[in-house]
Amino acid sequence: MPVAPAITKLDDLLERPAVAALLAWRREAVQSARFDRNELTVNLDRSAIREACAILKDSPQAQINFLSDLTCVDLHPSEPRFEVVYHLLSMKRKERLRLKVQLPGSDPSLESITSLWPAANFFEREVFDLFGVRFQGHPHLRRLLMPEDWEGHPLRKDYPVEGYR
Amino acid sequence: MAHLTTMPTVEPGQDRNMILNMGPQHPSTHGVLRLILEIDGENVVRMMPDIGYLHTGIEKTCEAKFYQQVVPLTDRIDYLCPLTNNLCYVLAAEKLLGLEIPARAQWIRVMLNELTRINSHLVWLGTHALDIGAMSVFLYCFREREDLLRIFEMVSGQRMMTSYFRVGGLALEPPLGFFERIKQFADRFPEKVDEYEGLLTCNPIWVERTKNVAYLAPDDAIALGATGPTLRASGIDWDLRRDMPYSGYEQFQFKVPLRSEGDVFSRYMVRVEELRESNKIVQQALAGLPEGGIKADAPKVVLPEREKMKTQMEALIYHFKIITEGFTVPAGEVYQAIESPRGEMGYYVVSDGTAKPYRVHMRSPSYVNLQALPKMCEGRLIADVVAAIGSIDIVLGEIDR
Repeated sequence: MPVAPAITKLDDLLERPAVAALLAWRREAVQSARFDRNELTVNLDRSAIREACAILKDSPQAQINFLSDLTCVDLHPSEPRFEVVYHLLSMKRKERLRLKVQLPGSDPSLESITSLWPAANFFEREVFDLFGVRFQGHPHLRRLLMPEDWEGHPLRKDYPVEGYR
Repeated sequence: MAHLTTMPTVEPGQDRNMILNMGPQHPSTHGVLRLILEIDGENVVRMMPDIGYLHTGIEKTCEAKFYQQVVPLTDRIDYLCPLTNNLCYVLAAEKLLGLEIPARAQWIRVMLNELTRINSHLVWLGTHALDIGAMSVFLYCFREREDLLRIFEMVSGQRMMTSYFRVGGLALEPPLGFFERIKQFADRFPEKVDEYEGLLTCNPIWVERTKNVAYLAPDDAIALGATGPTLRASGIDWDLRRDMPYSGYEQFQFKVPLRSEGDVFSRYMVRVEELRESNKIVQQALAGLPEGGIKADAPKVVLPEREKMKTQMEALIYHFKIITEGFTVPAGEVYQAIESPRGEMGYYVVSDGTAKPYRVHMRSPSYVNLQALPKMCEGRLIADVVAAIGSIDIVLGEIDR
């Protein structure tokens, strides 16, 4: 079963309700979109993420109701360095959607979505803990898995696998 | 994980409120969960879970391993359902590679996954009942669990850390007598479930301790990301096996147990029904097991058979290459979610085109379900906290990773 080529043109993805809803809301906030291996990814502007999630949650077409997962990927040493990845789910349409926001290494911060989905609480704390990405508007952004006095962010690529000795 | 001295979140609101640490060594926290409780007499005013005591950095370790070396690591995340984790990871890797898995391998995967679900639910039922004070259920459950562990040992050589699934299929053809053994188990299991139910379902003490306790509203369950039996007990009909099928689940007939009360008792009933439904899936898989191979036709990914290595040069070369260099995976990213005994288990795997995953992230169900715990317990009695923890069925290895 060879992998089908990815669809990357925005206009070819208009029949996807999530893409259509985001484009209708604010076209310049959508940087790019990609449909690959049966999974839809939309790259968003960093300032748009919370509002975009709110739009998708309210959209009668997209019917996104569930935050499955939130995580981050460190692309060190390339810039923009961090990619925060949101996996959303529509239980009615039985479809998933991946949103991505790219952040520069010098100032990795973006808006929190805990006001929309309280489930994001632990996820955002974990990303803050392990990557050092700050979420503005999070009720208590503190370390979650590592000890409070730990130095460094272990899942960053410039952090050695064995830790500092 | 945080030090007690630097814990500003829970502060005593009034003079009579007390901060109480439950865990990390409390027997009913199923591992090393620490709950910081603000209590007013017997009532829980606020609760904050504190996790991280079992954090081992598995996600970081995965980035330094070849794709096939990650499989044993996934066992260690959730030690009560290792095969479910194996399956989720190999499905993600296979999706990246675009591999097609033979039907026989898929059916054996489904069969073993449902046995794992039974195994996990048995441990949950035994320990949950033990926490609330019903001692003997534990012994009954572990009696059947022993049979299951022997079945897992038979097929993989290990009782708990099975690592039986491989990227591209299964490790080995199951041994002779394996399916008869499962059949014997599946034939006799329904009456064992009747025994557990006879001990608990109509037991007045059990009902008093669980009914109308730790209520979770459907809207809260969705907002807090709860999945699995915790979600279905709150009246949301969502099961990934039926709604977004994977590994051939669309070919099986089973009911998804649903309750609407959202309390500890309904979560108990959902899981007990799941025991019966999983057993039915195992029986269907046994009855309709297709013939054929157990490995995908991909010599650059799947290890060759031992006999071929002794006679064919090609096979020997591929074996050497896969073991020493791993196999490369086309660049891309996938999120694969499956229904684990606890809820939505998701693996997000990013490949950069090399032989090692660039990033592996596990979306573990207990980690997210744990966030619903304060909602269930605040404003209720401290004795109900123990029942609530048991009812969301957490595994700390999976929470902390």
